[in-house]
Amino acid sequence: MRFFRKAAGAIREGLARTRSILGAGLRSLLAGRRLDDDLIDEIEASLIGADVGVKATTEIIGELREAVRKGELEKGEDAIDFLKSRLKRRWDEAPIDIAVADSPPTVVLVVGVNGVGKTTSVAKIAHTLRAEGRSVVLAAADTFRAGAVEQLAIWADRLGVDLIRGAAGADPAAVVFDAVDAALARKADVLLIDTAGRLHVEANLMRQLVKIREVIARKIPGAPHEVLLVLDATSGQNGLQQATVFGEAVGVTGIFLAKLDGTARGGIVVAIRDALKVPVKLVGVGERVEDVQPFDPDAFIDAMFAAESESASTS
Amino acid sequence: MLDALSDRFNAAFRGLSGRGRISESNVREAMQEVRTALLEADVHLDVAKQFCADVIEDAIGQEVIQSLKPGQQMIEIVNRRLIDLMGPVDTHLMMVDPGPTVFMMCGLQGSGKTTTCGKLAALLKKRGKRVLVVAADLQRPAAVEQLRITAEGVETNGPGSGEVGFHGEPDRCDEYGKAVGAAVGVCRRGIERGRKEQFDAVILDTAGRLHVNDELMKELEAINRMLTPHQILLVVDAMTGQDAVNSAKAFHERLAIDGVILTKFDSDTRGGAALSVKHVTGAPIKFIGVGEKFDALEEFHPERIAGRILGMGDVVSLVEKARDEVDEAEAEEMAEKLAKGKLNMNDFLKQMKTLRRMGPMKQLLGMLPGVGSALKNVDIDDAQFDRLEGMVHSMTADEREDVKLLGKSRNRRIARGSGTQPNEVNRLVKQFEMVQKMTQQVAGMGMKGKIGAAREMARGGGLPGAGGMPGLGTKGTTKTQSLKTGYKQRKRGKGR
Ligand SMILES: Nc1nc2c(ncn2[C@@H]2O[C@H](COP(=O)(O)OP(=O)(O)O)[C@@H](O)[C@H]2O)c(=O)[nH]1
Ligand SMILES: [Mg+2]
Repeated sequence: MRFFRKAAGAIREGLARTRSILGAGLRSLLAGRRLDDDLIDEIEASLIGADVGVKATTEIIGELREAVRKGELEKGEDAIDFLKSRLKRRWDEAPIDIAVADSPPTVVLVVGVNGVGKTTSVAKIAHTLRAEGRSVVLAAADTFRAGAVEQLAIWADRLGVDLIRGAAGADPAAVVFDAVDAALARKADVLLIDTAGRLHVEANLMRQLVKIREVIARKIPGAPHEVLLVLDATSGQNGLQQATVFGEAVGVTGIFLAKLDGTARGGIVVAIRDALKVPVKLVGVGERVEDVQPFDPDAFIDAMFAAESESASTS
Repeated sequence: MLDALSDRFNAAFRGLSGRGRISESNVREAMQEVRTALLEADVHLDVAKQFCADVIEDAIGQEVIQSLKPGQQMIEIVNRRLIDLMGPVDTHLMMVDPGPTVFMMCGLQGSGKTTTCGKLAALLKKRGKRVLVVAADLQRPAAVEQLRITAEGVETNGPGSGEVGFHGEPDRCDEYGKAVGAAVGVCRRGIERGRKEQFDAVILDTAGRLHVNDELMKELEAINRMLTPHQILLVVDAMTGQDAVNSAKAFHERLAIDGVILTKFDSDTRGGAALSVKHVTGAPIKFIGVGEKFDALEEFHPERIAGRILGMGDVVSLVEKARDEVDEAEAEEMAEKLAKGKLNMNDFLKQMKTLRRMGPMKQLLGMLPGVGSALKNVDIDDAQFDRLEGMVHSMTADEREDVKLLGKSRNRRIARGSGTQPNEVNRLVKQFEMVQKMTQQVAGMGMKGKIGAAREMARGGGLPGAGGMPGLGTKGTTKTQSLKTGYKQRKRGKGR
């Protein structure tokens, strides 16, 4: 069984909504020029501009210089394919599916720092699962932020899925406890848990998340089957910090890259990929519930370098 | 906060000091490091480039001041540039007479607009103003509810003689994309009500939107054109990467923003977005958000951020925080004692209590000069401070006055009394004595020496509670374990 079966075509279409500042700028830069030091510096700059980070960029550019030195490529235009292939090599695998439990419910815990788009992402996942005919229970474990429970309740209502909620200020672990019971009792296929945004530097709040995880694991051995870290595509290098600390605390199994429909390139996932090997599993490309796609490394990298004219018209 | 960047600067200039004078080659070399540091701090590429070029030009043209080491001189130059770039200071909230003064908040989704509305309302309430917040986010589910709860929270719990009212029209909400334009009407009615009911200020909380969403950007333009808010504030997440420049520019081009508020500065982001946004908009950065509660808003001071960047800590913010908590006379007395190096355990206890009222320890300690980077990998458990307090409470009045009285048997007694171990008591005393010594030294020094002493202090773990204290493990496996196994339900003042 798999969740999120979608044609690759749909993925590309979704990603095309992201504007390709990098691609267009780079293409006009490279056109008709020789790959000399100056040009390579400018290529380096555009990778930095995509939030890929200094370290990964330095490595990739090192490879590019080496290839130029060996005479493997010399024209500016060749650089794009080279960069793409080098980036793709870092993702030498097929898209990785959302984990599915041997026996339901599959428990998906959604975590992340404040304001990245956790609740909307939860709604998107729920919508897709519903469309695939699965039964879903939502747990509103963000009992802290004003209006967070109500926000998820509205989504639950629109999507026609069950919601387990506690009072404002209630212990989120207690809400999760009840939600697991409910998911078991209702024989739901998937339990989706929305948690409060928390900065990874807040040790107390991270402990609270560990406790939530423990509550789930005590009730269903092997759960949560998926711990998704929602990352804002506009996030800078701090994203790596987030992935590291959340990973250490609750064992992140995948990344949901949200808000990729702006001008941000989400390049931070390259740095995260290098450092932590955590796969990106889903991307968010808009505000509607349908605006979610499985992450396809090839499509993502192609989109990173797509020419502006290809994408601007569709968005 | 900006510690990682300061680490890099320190590294870059360590090589420079001691070489005698600033030459073109060592400046360029060091500036390469600076550029990397800026980029890793998410400063936009073009901004970083220009910054480095300016600094190089400045440095090379300059004569070496004999008394300074070139490293220090470079730090001065870099520091001044950073301040220039992020300044000038303008934290003034212009109020019109007759009111109401209309503020409009705008920004990307999740940047912190609604929370910041609450913070601004709290600030104005504290100043005795009557504020009406208007819920103009009609598309994010429950956004109106969020603002209502936030406003009510400030009205009930916020200090000050002012008042916070709420205007919301939940019926007008709709799904994404369907309520576009309706916000204009809500804002108009909100402002009208503000005028009729004689509020001093009206704050419009608009929906988050991508700067490339033309339809939604037009909605903001319409509000601006028809209702002409007095101040348009752009709310930007301090963790934003290179894209901060694109979005800030787009908002500025369409709305001519009057000021910027950077949120989530309580994270460990290096905050390079501050430089970038200031650079592209030219609008002053007015405030920074440093937490989720309505009082977690601070005035923006470029020299402090630059200070953080350069590893000089953020003493000014710390002092300011302290001023809010401590009454004047007490503060004076404490300063006197500090200056004379006459700190005793009672003062320490008082300080600790005050400090703990001010916020989480790690955040506070992070503001101390040179301490930030030392603390980067330290997991500070506030519960440890309960133990420290317990130990001091178990000391006699004489002992608190003069820790020199303490010895093995007294330590044992104190440990028994506080449910701790004698070696913990011993460590506390040792560290306390170190702090005492430091304060004595610092008291007799100029700024240069102070920085050095503070560094020393950080290195030696000279802060009570930091460094060698139990439970403050470094990051890595230990921390993970303590996170996983060490969870303990505690009552917390933060209410979360
Ligand atoms: N830690 C921290 N969280 C913040 C800060 N400002 C806002 N937040 C949080 O960021 C999230 C999004 O804030 P919200 O005000 O709803 O953003 P909006 O969508 O722009 O209105 C919420 O979880 C807030 O609690 C800040 O300065 N520090
Ligand atoms: Mg909002």
